[in-house]
Amino acid sequence: MPKFPYFPHTDEDIKQMLEKAGMSSLEDLYSDVPSDFIYRGEYDLPEAKSEQEVRDFFAGLAGKNPKLKVFAGCGAYDHYTPSVIPYITSRSEFLTAYTPYQPEISQGTLRYIFEYQSMICALTGMDVSNASMYDGPTAAAEAVRMAVTSVRKKNAVLISETLLPQVRKVVETYAKYYGTQIRYIKEEDGQTSLASLKEGIAAGDVAGILVPSVNMYGIIEDHTGFADTVHEQKALYMVYCDPSVLAVVRTPGEWGADVAVGDGQPLGIPLCYGGPYVGFMACRMEHVRKLPGRIVGETRDSEGKRCFVLTLQAREQHIRREKATSNICSNESLMALWVTVYASLMGPEGLKEVNAKSYANAHKLYYALMKTGRFESKSALPFLKEFALKPKGITPEALHKALEDRGFFAAIPAGDGFVTFCATEKRSDEDIESLINAVEEVMK
Amino acid sequence: MKYYDKLIFELSKKGRTGYTLPGGNVDAPALPATLCRQSDLHLPEVSEVDVVRHYTNLSQMNFGVDTGFYPLGSCTMKYNPKINEEIAAMPEFAGLHPLQKNLPGVKAVYEGMDRSLAAITGMAHFTFKPCAGAHGELTGLMIMREYHLRRGDLARTKIIVPDSAHGTNPASAAVCGLEVVEVKSNADGLVDVESLKPLLGPDIAGIMMTNPNTLGLFESEIKEIASLIHGCGGLLYYDGANMNPLLGVVRPGDMGFDIMHLNLHKTFSTPHGGGGPGSGPVGVKKELAEIADSVCVSGFNGNFGVILRAYAYILMLGKENVKLAGPLATLGANYIKESLKDAFKLPIQRVCKHEFVFDGLVDDGSSTGKPGATTLDVAKRLLDFGFHAPTIYFPLLFHQALMIEPTETESKETLDAFIDIMHKIAKEAAADPDILHGAPHNAPIGRPDETTAARNPILKFFDEQCAS
Repeated sequence: MPKFPYFPHTDEDIKQMLEKAGMSSLEDLYSDVPSDFIYRGEYDLPEAKSEQEVRDFFAGLAGKNPKLKVFAGCGAYDHYTPSVIPYITSRSEFLTAYTPYQPEISQGTLRYIFEYQSMICALTGMDVSNASMYDGPTAAAEAVRMAVTSVRKKNAVLISETLLPQVRKVVETYAKYYGTQIRYIKEEDGQTSLASLKEGIAAGDVAGILVPSVNMYGIIEDHTGFADTVHEQKALYMVYCDPSVLAVVRTPGEWGADVAVGDGQPLGIPLCYGGPYVGFMACRMEHVRKLPGRIVGETRDSEGKRCFVLTLQAREQHIRREKATSNICSNESLMALWVTVYASLMGPEGLKEVNAKSYANAHKLYYALMKTGRFESKSALPFLKEFALKPKGITPEALHKALEDRGFFAAIPAGDGFVTFCATEKRSDEDIESLINAVEEVMK
Repeated sequence: MKYYDKLIFELSKKGRTGYTLPGGNVDAPALPATLCRQSDLHLPEVSEVDVVRHYTNLSQMNFGVDTGFYPLGSCTMKYNPKINEEIAAMPEFAGLHPLQKNLPGVKAVYEGMDRSLAAITGMAHFTFKPCAGAHGELTGLMIMREYHLRRGDLARTKIIVPDSAHGTNPASAAVCGLEVVEVKSNADGLVDVESLKPLLGPDIAGIMMTNPNTLGLFESEIKEIASLIHGCGGLLYYDGANMNPLLGVVRPGDMGFDIMHLNLHKTFSTPHGGGGPGSGPVGVKKELAEIADSVCVSGFNGNFGVILRAYAYILMLGKENVKLAGPLATLGANYIKESLKDAFKLPIQRVCKHEFVFDGLVDDGSSTGKPGATTLDVAKRLLDFGFHAPTIYFPLLFHQALMIEPTETESKETLDAFIDIMHKIAKEAAADPDILHGAPHNAPIGRPDETTAARNPILKFFDEQCAS
């Protein structure tokens, strides 16, 4: 036996265990495998490293990535992460637990999921939330499937052109193979067009619509008239939203929506090159039987003590198998804990303050950039922490590259000659001023 | 473990604060009234110490791999190395925006993982977008369908799934728009090749298999199955949930599989996190590589943080130790199986791989005149002795299924302690099954009333104060 810290077996252990199993060598354990399938070659892998070498290796790789000031959003937002969160989420009782199949020894997980569900409901204005999804775009794709499985004999879903491109792409991918028809609601002056929605839904085959609350241009959309239009056709009104922003912006519930989905990342989850994040999905109570994923509910134990369990499992894939309308099983539980601890620390006031500071920073940047005279605004509609501009005299790609060379990740090409900028509460006045100086230098 | 009965909302007191933010006061955003949130936001108002104590107390009602042995079948609860966590938390990785390009350090991680997983599995290329095992299955089936669609072969709308398959297999097939055709297991618990033959035809997109299967048995006729499926124009999908016993021994690519997923949170040691985040990279043969990269199933680049952890594990393991991982996991399973078959019914007497299935107790105590002890009772009694329960009532082929999977990170002493306790429980059951019916006796809670939970669902915290 080579010495390896994750394998506790001594030679003597192996010998005794083989004896009990009635075998004389480890190879005998594979006597049922046709011998030509046994891989006898050397694996094309590096030689085992010590822990110190592994740490040095990754520190070396990490150091190769340029360190940029992030002024980009596009569905992933650089908000501050309080130090309490990784401290709690790295507790091994949370980190190394499995899905809470045995509620008697999983009350920690089950309780925080129940709290998470409550917080998602509070933020979105919905009645019920599931235990989490993989990320925002997959939550959106599951919502689209939920619409066509909830509404009989209608197989089309309308989605807005102003949704983030990755949301549209994942929705289209899921829909293509499930056989759902996706049609677009047009953009008008930077937001989802009510006229286009009315035109699209008049076809009579629409099971639901998916529209953003704050869209890919950072614009806060006005959904006046959406709920009535959609409900007249007995379709589901589904909103893609940033849960952090919902502390100050009108909620899906307040707009009259049936389903709210999005990504929980803005609630203090680090950017981490795109994951792990956490998708969320919440709906009105009348749709709970069609809500995919796991749900935690409150009950009592045999002695009457309050406790929590996975419930309404008849909806789930392991029961329904080939009749399932979702295959989600593991989700992003630990990231749901991440979000729960964040929302606990921030509370209602903290979340409002995060938005107020992000708003102030983004607007400061916006006005300074507009003042250069080298940008045209996408729209005069209100935005919060992200906005879209069209640079004059330079392509979006060239502007983006020039800012990257100066240490900024900003001006993300958004199509049609536009770029987006984002500023959260994390960016200091000096950061913002240095970005403005860099833009002026590039565009002079 | 001690019972603690608070929810964070119940600690809330108006005016308490758990955060600080830089800078002075800023006015609320000047938004038109129609766009503003109308209602109060019912989040808790708690101090930092409230938060830390509350979640520490919650954690103490939880069992994890670091607490004790987790013989959970098909879940591969191996030890989660701590260096992995340190790597994933490096700020130079954690601070990267997902749309950033020109990141040589990140590129090296994805390329290194792609090469390593290809070497281990015999596939040509992996896509890292899927975030979990079931997500990988769905992605793999999309790749399969896309392959047929691009060839103009539109009639292939059916997929063969064995009756012993993980529940996610037929579910993934259904949400990928495929019709599931079930193939029966034979008396040995393997896919019945004779039953498979009549199902084959020009409407078959492929087959989904896990090998070893959910009974822990190696599908030894895989060569013939592969040739039959390929012969009718279909592809073979490998459900990597059961890859651990083959780690370092057998490569799915060599067995004829065209597409597969791996659960990095099983085979490659990343923590389960109480039900995610996982990562389910999908590997394909060379001719499917371009399709694999074209199927977009998640927002950005997959769960990068999980991929980093798995890469750290692979580098620790290296080419030498990888060859022992599968055999040591398999050794543990066979050792438990042989040690306990006197007290638990073993329906299939054969060498197993990473896991095996008992079909309830040999003596459930019903001869005492009391109702016999069930698999559920055995599972709950185990909790009293500091072990997690095995997977129960799955696979569906047996009524009292107890599916046990140790891993290569468990010592002989740990397995011996588990075996002793299982024998003790079997003796208790035979003498007085009521001891088991009432279990667990030492957990923070007794058995919950799941019927009421489903009949009268309470799915979020409701406070009269909030409502008023």
